[in-house]
Amino acid sequence: MMNQYLETLDIFRGISENPYEYGKSIKEVAGKPVIGYFCTYAPEELIHAAGALPFRILGTTGAIERAESHLQSYCCALVRGGLEDALTGRLGFLDGAVFPHTCDSIQRLSDIWRLNAGFGIHIDAVLPVKLNAPSAHKYMADVLHKAVRDLEHALGKTITEEAIAASVSVYNRMRRSLLSLYSMIDRNPGVMAPDAMYHILRAVMVMEREDAASRLEALVRVLEENAAPAEKSDRKRILLAGGICSHPDICRILHESGADVVSDDLCTGLRYADGLIDETERPVEALAKRNLGRMVCPAKHLSVTARGENLFAEVTRKRVDGVIFLQLKFCDPHAFDYPYLKDRLHRENVASMLLEIDQQPPPEGQLRTRFETFVEML
Amino acid sequence: MSDHSKVNADAGKDPGKIRSVSRLKEIMTHYYIDAKTARDNSKKVAWITSGGPVEPLIAMDVIPVYPENHGAMVGASKMGVDLCRQAEVMGYSPDLCSYARADIACAVTQGGPIGGLPEPDFLVCCNNICGTVLKWYEVAARHFKVPLFILDTPFIHGEMTEEARRYVMSQVEEYIGFLEKQCGRKMDYDRMDEVGRLSVEGLRLWQAVLDTAAHKPSPITAFDAFFHLALIVTLRGTQVAVDYYKELLDEMHERLEQGIAVVPGEKYRLLWDNLPVWYRTNWLSEKFASHHACLVADTYTSAWSGILPLIDENRFLESMSVSYSSVYINISHDRMIDKLREMIEKYDADGLVMHSNRSCKPYSLGQYDLQKMVMDQLGIPSLIIEADMVDERHFAESQIETRIDAFMETL
Ligand code: SF4
Ligand code: SF4
Repeated sequence: MMNQYLETLDIFRGISENPYEYGKSIKEVAGKPVIGYFCTYAPEELIHAAGALPFRILGTTGAIERAESHLQSYCCALVRGGLEDALTGRLGFLDGAVFPHTCDSIQRLSDIWRLNAGFGIHIDAVLPVKLNAPSAHKYMADVLHKAVRDLEHALGKTITEEAIAASVSVYNRMRRSLLSLYSMIDRNPGVMAPDAMYHILRAVMVMEREDAASRLEALVRVLEENAAPAEKSDRKRILLAGGICSHPDICRILHESGADVVSDDLCTGLRYADGLIDETERPVEALAKRNLGRMVCPAKHLSVTARGENLFAEVTRKRVDGVIFLQLKFCDPHAFDYPYLKDRLHRENVASMLLEIDQQPPPEGQLRTRFETFVEML
Repeated sequence: MSDHSKVNADAGKDPGKIRSVSRLKEIMTHYYIDAKTARDNSKKVAWITSGGPVEPLIAMDVIPVYPENHGAMVGASKMGVDLCRQAEVMGYSPDLCSYARADIACAVTQGGPIGGLPEPDFLVCCNNICGTVLKWYEVAARHFKVPLFILDTPFIHGEMTEEARRYVMSQVEEYIGFLEKQCGRKMDYDRMDEVGRLSVEGLRLWQAVLDTAAHKPSPITAFDAFFHLALIVTLRGTQVAVDYYKELLDEMHERLEQGIAVVPGEKYRLLWDNLPVWYRTNWLSEKFASHHACLVADTYTSAWSGILPLIDENRFLESMSVSYSSVYINISHDRMIDKLREMIEKYDADGLVMHSNRSCKPYSLGQYDLQKMVMDQLGIPSLIIEADMVDERHFAESQIETRIDAFMETL
């Protein structure tokens, strides 16, 4: 069992650490178009149904040089890093990108990217920002239908309803397995290596989705059949909240500081996995419904308290001892929600700490000290 | 690039103060008194974003209040740093829009230049200017525990899509429904038509005021426009605004007849991009004037009237969806460059000054590209000033001074 688990995990980890190499290989070996995207609201299932690989861009690991002449310093690392890699050719294997409307920075990045990066395909899918009105429900479906037409045009092929339905079922398989992994971690935080979950998530966002779905299912099976029952432990249970988790290492350092991540509210986390798509409905309408009903991101509006209620419900459900807000510097949507979420938790006696990340997280030693202090306090 | 020889001949006349300034102050004072005493007069108060469709509110007799106008007052009265710091203590990141930070602090502490804005009965947020207002209004809705209406105007990359047009149209209906519910009565559509016409008339007059700057020498600078914009933001759709801008326009025409140059010896004509640096408008104005440079126009104060061609005053509500969606900062860079080109030609500008405003990402990100386009396509040089509209901590005076001096030398 152990072997199969380790092997699968190695594959995910390898892709998570070298996503561009993987993207390149898909482009070269499978001869598939690769379409980049920046946000969990991107219509991935449609890209997939068009026979292309949806490829999540998570910023750069290199230094920012070329992007400096297009973006001011007060712009998040995701936007700057993504542009950097597009301009330097590190993302040269992409055929183009789909930009859903996320925040002001992404909206502007779309223009800068289109005018400078030189990819053949550029699609804007300006989804609604509010999700709680009949007009928005209709518009959500309208934009997805338009995305189908735009993708057809860009890739020169027809996307049938059957193809979308098939993609939907692949995505459901993937998401079901991810959700199973979340429940296993809840029951036994030590079921996988501490950084495993976030490597897996980062990997599945760029992988061939059929492959991702099968490997996830295999992983779930192996763990279900073989994992040792959870031991009683007084280790602290942590929820990570914020945007992207580009540095799964954070979970390892946290683990060594005496706490385990048992859930999250992250783009590269539960917000990606949450919300299965209804397979009995017409697929585009079903996708629209998922977008409206899934765990909401701060750049969208469901209600003025939805995020706080979600967060607190998850904290209760997963018996969380403390929340770590993982935020990218210059990320407005998350920074605006932080004081409210922090206070909401505080009212319920749930402690939290804020970890702001610019290009790189703080050095390991410093991070360890901060985590140890926080964990001790819980 | 422009013929200034004639200009210099008659440039000696003292520009004096624009008379209408005191009238404007009076109107604004009354407006804030009305807003602050609304409850005593059983009137409702709604907070609304600066780019939001205020006309239906006026038609419903609701007093609109503009946190952004308040933000500008905070900036101009140099209270920004202190208020921003208070918001930071509450946990708001110093990287967030300083209007939002200052206003949130005022709401909690009743601080600021007028002791806080009058409390809202409800909120109307239109995201045609940014995503920040959405988050900011969510904060306000939680703080005041009042309903929030969001008018979602999808960003326009290239052309407005048919889908977006339908979406905004149906929201206009939702908006009116929301107002009827909040006010407990039906919309009077005749009154709505009237307000729509007044709004268009006000906007036309405002644009006419701005257009006088095309004359050489210009009777008005962008710095004046920043100030006189107040009523286009706060009282658009009312007779008061129309009357005021008539007066202001008359005054400008007088100045034109008398050949008054607002910048004596006007030699250079510049365009300003982005929001003003509210706490330094005088300093900047004098700085440019010392180089005989007049900031003849700007992309900010013309943003409201810029949508005039898209408004049909006889079908105001119907045309509102397209027009309000198409404001300057809700369109892509390739459409912004068209507007810049138009302005550069109309005002015969020699250079462009861009305020890279760290508060305002939707306005500022992309300026580097625009700068390059303006140079490549129009041969117009530009200067970028890194600052913030309200938070003085981001204004490095000596550095900016050096950059302005250097830029002026190249012209
Ligand atoms: S939502 Fe935040 S992290 Fe994501 S692109 Fe926008 S600013 Fe960056
Ligand atoms: S300054 Fe910019 S970010 Fe702030 S409210 Fe205005 S448009 Fe939005």
